[in-house]
Amino acid sequence: MFEAYLAILKRDLILAVRRRSDVFTTLFFFVIVVSLFPLGIGPELKTLRLIAPGVVWVAALLASMLALERLFAVDYADGTLEQMLLAPQPLSVLVLGKVTAHWLITGLPLVLMAPLLGLQYDLSIEALKVLLISLLLGTPALSLIGAIGAALTLGLRGGGVLVSLLVLPLCIPVLIFGAGAVEASVSGLGEVGHLYMLGAIVLLALLLAPLATSAALRVSAE
Amino acid sequence: MNSRLINWFKFSSPASFYPLAGKMVPVFTLIAVMLIGVGLYMSFFVAPTDYKQGEGYRIIFVHVPAAWLSMFIYLVMAFWAALGLVFNTRLSGMMASSLAPTGAMFTFIALWTGAFWGKPMWGTWWVWDARLTSELILLFLYLGFIALQGAIDDSRRSDRAGALLILVGVVNIPIIHYSVKWWNTLHQGASVSVTQGSSMSSIMLWTMLIMALGFWAYAIAVALSRVRSIILERERDTTWVSELAEVRR
Repeated sequence: MFEAYLAILKRDLILAVRRRSDVFTTLFFFVIVVSLFPLGIGPELKTLRLIAPGVVWVAALLASMLALERLFAVDYADGTLEQMLLAPQPLSVLVLGKVTAHWLITGLPLVLMAPLLGLQYDLSIEALKVLLISLLLGTPALSLIGAIGAALTLGLRGGGVLVSLLVLPLCIPVLIFGAGAVEASVSGLGEVGHLYMLGAIVLLALLLAPLATSAALRVSAE
Repeated sequence: MNSRLINWFKFSSPASFYPLAGKMVPVFTLIAVMLIGVGLYMSFFVAPTDYKQGEGYRIIFVHVPAAWLSMFIYLVMAFWAALGLVFNTRLSGMMASSLAPTGAMFTFIALWTGAFWGKPMWGTWWVWDARLTSELILLFLYLGFIALQGAIDDSRRSDRAGALLILVGVVNIPIIHYSVKWWNTLHQGASVSVTQGSSMSSIMLWTMLIMALGFWAYAIAVALSRVRSIILERERDTTWVSELAEVRR
């Protein structure tokens, strides 16, 4: 079972390395969205420091939505997905492998890029650390929850917009606690509580999201 | 052993549910019209003017029942969704999709009347209060469900996909509710919490209950007549539909 997980993970990573442009599209989207806010709001550092956690988190949320559409679409198009549905291993394990790979490809670069963008917003080193940890905890949850939406909208017309409509409301808790952790740290309230909540959400998503995703895949690929 | 008086599964077939729903719709319409009529009369003429909030508080008689219904309908939809996934009945999916527009409408009414209430009472149309935000997210969940069902042509797939989405949403609703609540209280003082529960007179409470029951009957009537249309649309190729009196005409 674990071998199947590793095999899927390895396969998806190799595919991503062969097609690097997909990785960079998401990352640049994230960078551009974050960079747009100072242009729209004005370069005042005091304001920027205030909105930085929210801006980075919303941008991360949108960037992860952007990448979701491709999560199952290619496999669905070339028939690999049907083989996965027929495989003797539990589908949720395979889904977990795909989601892990998806997070490593689109989520992790975004997390690593975030402190650099935080510097542009004049966040303190302490706040940057919390931002990094909160994104590290939160983006896997975004990928996991997003996978449900991606599976539900598989092969539908206008799937990309639809998946955002379905998934964004469900991701609100992640956004609130993620951005809240950084804000709490900046205002001196202590970020631990928020990070614990994020951790709880990730664990819950890890438990339930692969099951819901595999059920949705079975519905979509029928 | 099996001594049930009514065989409930008989009505899980669209062919036998369709006439039953047809008989229930006028009954619930009548109940709804009567209760909402009485409730509106009581809310405008019987309920006393609030000494603190003046006449404007009368919005509560529409606002609170609509908010209750908006949440209750989502739970009912989740019930039908679970039933449909477990027993694989066609009617459950139809019930869930027939309830969704009504639920979305009540959510919208709750938000809209809330804005009208908020302007004179709090001096603003909208605040990012925990309740308002959760209600707004509930509206998004309804709209997402309707959009998903609209995008799928195959009715069997749309029922099952919609059911999954509702169930995921039900798991998420408590999380959303509490996250929004904590998010709000952490950063903003309790400046906007209206505590009217204890100070409410019994006549106001009764008016609100009557309105809530009226809205409830309305929701049932509308959902049932909508499900009749859905049944006709989906079963249009079957013999029993072609033998119906209203179809033959």
